[in-house]
Amino acid sequence: MDDIRELLAEQIPRLRRYAHALTGNRARADDLVQDTLERSWSRRHLWRRDSDLRAWLFTIMHNVFVNQLRKNSSAPGHVPFDEAIDPPSGAVADQTLELRDLAGALERLPTEYREVLLLVGLEQMQYVEVAEVLGVPVGTVMSRLSRGRDRLRALMSGQPPVLRRVK
Amino acid sequence: MNHGKPIEENDLQAYVDSRLDPARRAEVEAYVAAHPDQAERVGAFGQQNAMLRSLFDPVLEQPVPERLARVLAASPDRRLWRYSAMAASLAVAVMVGWILRGEQQTSLPQGPSFAERAAVAHVVYTPEVLHPVEVGVAQEDHLIKWLSKRLGEPVKAPDLDKLGYHLIGGRLLPGREKPAAQFMYEDARGQRLTLYVSTDVTGNQETAFRYAREDGVSVFYWVDGPLGYALSAEAPREQLLAVAETVYRDLNR
Repeated sequence: MDDIRELLAEQIPRLRRYAHALTGNRARADDLVQDTLERSWSRRHLWRRDSDLRAWLFTIMHNVFVNQLRKNSSAPGHVPFDEAIDPPSGAVADQTLELRDLAGALERLPTEYREVLLLVGLEQMQYVEVAEVLGVPVGTVMSRLSRGRDRLRALMSGQPPVLRRVK
Repeated sequence: MNHGKPIEENDLQAYVDSRLDPARRAEVEAYVAAHPDQAERVGAFGQQNAMLRSLFDPVLEQPVPERLARVLAASPDRRLWRYSAMAASLAVAVMVGWILRGEQQTSLPQGPSFAERAAVAHVVYTPEVLHPVEVGVAQEDHLIKWLSKRLGEPVKAPDLDKLGYHLIGGRLLPGREKPAAQFMYEDARGQRLTLYVSTDVTGNQETAFRYAREDGVSVFYWVDGPLGYALSAEAPREQLLAVAETVYRDLNR
């Protein structure tokens, strides 16, 4: 009992990093982490010991996040990304203009692309793990990754997304 | 595995993420070298990965906000659920006890339910933040006198300081026929254990330690003279056994 508490606690920094990148808003990120922790703590008996705790937690977080988006989209005044960029570390001085551009572009990236880009690029999950977390086929992960990266690149260079030559 | 096959979009993505075996990687490298537009793409994608980490990795170093840590310290909903589950199993135990009445004469006629009562009391009171105990350790003398009086037997709170558990206080609880007492201890990390003491035991003898586990709560219980004891914690059996032995020794000092 005690060990699962510790295992969960160990994952909090990673959950926060991902939530922060996903929501772009510090308070919303910690709300998301809190909801995720509450849900996983109350369902900890459902976690199989031989399975990957991180994947289980990220799956829960994805579900919580998607549910919240669904609710917010029907309610007026959804919470925007933090004004321009919320510096995650408070180390705003260290951020280059490029990082600011990235944060701004990430904000405008559709959610399903943002999730895949972050799980692969930031969390460094395997593609099959990402598929499991998001509950989609690996093929979908790959196409979102490809399109999301192109879209992010276009957003960062301030150009409209261009059609990519597919081999 | 894909060697010699044409380079596809998935290969380029896997190249960016360093997910290719060396042979395929070399093939993709050769392809990219011959296609400047693709070279630019994968270069930009690699940059994206690196920048995402520079931008958000600092979050890993931030202290975890108190409200998040608290979620794992106690969860009322889950405790309530557990409590009702335990109450249900208690009801079953009582029924079984009723059916088996007169079948066995042991010093713990209500054997499992004694441990279960202790486990229920543990689960109900340990998550309390403001009122975990009725009488705090500051009034330890008063607490001991009061509980001894109500139980009709001298009780004492064992000293578990050397195990890192400090007494935080105790409370009076209803037992099956007679009142019971609960002492609560806490370690530096906030983990709590409780010692449930009751005279709801027949005979005046000693039993060995017995062990029960109720939905994550480990309970060691035994009878020592006129009193029955149950030590509960959300801890593995071996860890709790060591504490139980210390409790037993300290009570018999």
